Amino acid sequence: MEPFTTHTGVGVPLRRSNVDTDQIIPAVYLKRVSRSGFEDGLFSAWRSDPHFVLNLEPFRAGSVLVAGPDFGTGSSREHAVWALSNYGFRVVISARFADIFRGNAGKQGLLAAQCEQADIELLWKLLETEPGTEVTVDLRDKTVRAKDFTAPFHIDDYTRWRLLEGLDDIALTLRHEDAIGAFEGGRQRWKPTTTSTLRS
Amino acid sequence: MVKPMGKTLAEKVWDQHVVRPGSGAEPDLLYIDLHLVHEVTSPQAFDGLRLSNRRVRRPDLTIATEDHNVPTIGIELPIADPVSKTQVDTLRKNCAEFGIRLYPMGDVEQGIVHVVGPQLGLTQPGMTVVCGDSHTSTHGAFGALAFGIGTSEVEHVLATQTLPLRPFRTMAITVDGELRPGVTAKDVILAVIAKIGTNGGQGHVLEYRGRAIEQLSMEARMTICNMSIEAGARAGMIAPDDTTFAYLKGRPHAPTGADWDDAVAAWRELRTDDDARFDAEVHIDASTLTPFVTWGTNPGQGLPLSERVPDPADIPDENERHSAEKALSYMDLTPGTPLRDIHVDTVFLGSCTNGRIEDLRAAAEVLRGHQVADGVRMLVVPGSMRVREVAESEGLHQVFLEAGAEWRAAGCSMCLGMNPDQLRPGERSASTSNRNFEGRQGKGGRTHLVSPLVAAATAVRGTLSSPEDLS
Repeated sequence: MEPFTTHTGVGVPLRRSNVDTDQIIPAVYLKRVSRSGFEDGLFSAWRSDPHFVLNLEPFRAGSVLVAGPDFGTGSSREHAVWALSNYGFRVVISARFADIFRGNAGKQGLLAAQCEQADIELLWKLLETEPGTEVTVDLRDKTVRAKDFTAPFHIDDYTRWRLLEGLDDIALTLRHEDAIGAFEGGRQRWKPTTTSTLRS
Repeated sequence: MVKPMGKTLAEKVWDQHVVRPGSGAEPDLLYIDLHLVHEVTSPQAFDGLRLSNRRVRRPDLTIATEDHNVPTIGIELPIADPVSKTQVDTLRKNCAEFGIRLYPMGDVEQGIVHVVGPQLGLTQPGMTVVCGDSHTSTHGAFGALAFGIGTSEVEHVLATQTLPLRPFRTMAITVDGELRPGVTAKDVILAVIAKIGTNGGQGHVLEYRGRAIEQLSMEARMTICNMSIEAGARAGMIAPDDTTFAYLKGRPHAPTGADWDDAVAAWRELRTDDDARFDAEVHIDASTLTPFVTWGTNPGQGLPLSERVPDPADIPDENERHSAEKALSYMDLTPGTPLRDIHVDTVFLGSCTNGRIEDLRAAAEVLRGHQVADGVRMLVVPGSMRVREVAESEGLHQVFLEAGAEWRAAGCSMCLGMNPDQLRPGERSASTSNRNFEGRQGKGGRTHLVSPLVAAATAVRGTLSSPEDLS
């Protein structure tokens, strides 16, 4: 994973709450076996509307999505994160994220920045009155800035550290392989295995 | 001296799986007892292993099946959609390469991953269970800590059999009293979600308890735990009891002999201590519940079937009001319309929420002697080929076919419309599945979530109905 320290890009106001992962990318787009190319399916239903924000200049080239509360609810599909990243988004700002989406984003270098809804309302107004405004999201001091607008955002310390360092979770865990082996030695013998012969 | 506080069920299972406690901001490293794999969320994870030259640490704790993409008719033929076929073929290749047991199409054990695990006896109390699918919460019905994960975490579990996680908070959902006849587990969970909202459970494990929960069968408990994610929760759990043990005994992967006795003794310890404290508590009186349906585009937008389509103007919270306005516009519904007057084109009976044998039995009982209404198509999709086999041995397929419904093979099917089973634009369904999101069952499709009983009665009348409307 590439380290994330700060990002500046065009902010995109998405005035919707409860943006579920079926809206971010519908199931019919989940059939690829790669991690790339999912931008086609991003917000696919809404993008068929010519007035949808991502169909308007200058938002088309946006990279900081500013959404309503409860972003990323529903399915666990990491394809939702890939679709946003593949499109070019580096940051999503919302007042509340669904747990699995937030976790998936952190694994893939997409910053899920949690702001107060009141700050998001201000940011929406700014982005709508001055389309094309660039938003800077700085992970080092956990701040969102755009013109005169400044607001703090929340992210848990561990995810922040991993993003700043660009660390791979699996490599981190494998440093504790001995502890995993020791734990396995103590598991109850009656716990099931999937490869045992089936009794009918 | 202060006595140490008791633990909740979720905390007990968590503590039994900590490989290495975290310190400061660092999460705990948690051992995973069972990893369920399907074709949609795994290919990129296996690719990751190959790129890093890693193996699957415990193929013997991993099981795979094909469910999301599979067609439910003509299953003996090659999959027609080439992209779906590639995804299924990729799973087969990956399972062969990494030594993972797979139940492919055509196998009697194939089916929806959350139906297959329990029916094989692989899901047992006190286990940690994960899958790249949010409805993994289903397995919590056994007193397992079971939750959905993304593809990066799938790769992490394949490589290490662990996950770095921060402890979840706990919430008790106590359902006291007795459910009235005709009120099912689906009605309970839809009412719970409407009460606490689609974010009410965020960051929490929900523990369902109380007399009404204790009286439910295992399959009904699975329906409840299944939809915990629709309340935003990480997982749902129910303490194991004699109902749980009776369901498990004799299943293909259940312990036997002295192992069985040891296991049951350990499982009996898996209950929330009397002096344990939950981070949040919700109470519901079961006797007040009636058949429940959704009217909007998230699972929290539901009401008793006897009510009318709500008026957004009556909703005080601005965000919720906007959300309701958008939902009614998408659903093409007018405030004030009785929910019972809403016509449907399609009825879908199936999914990991309501595709088990008890669900099929309940729906068949309602349909017996009736016909599916003109202009309505009803799809019956068993949750697994084993469920289909049992249903056929009981003659249920005849009931469905004689009523004019379609009797299909197993898979996720119209729950998410990844295979050809989809709503057409503008079509409306009564669906026993778990999500009524915009376009979930097909682009432009409109979904009302219902119980199997309501689904069957709706199929007969053509409008949202409960069995009592048929008499």
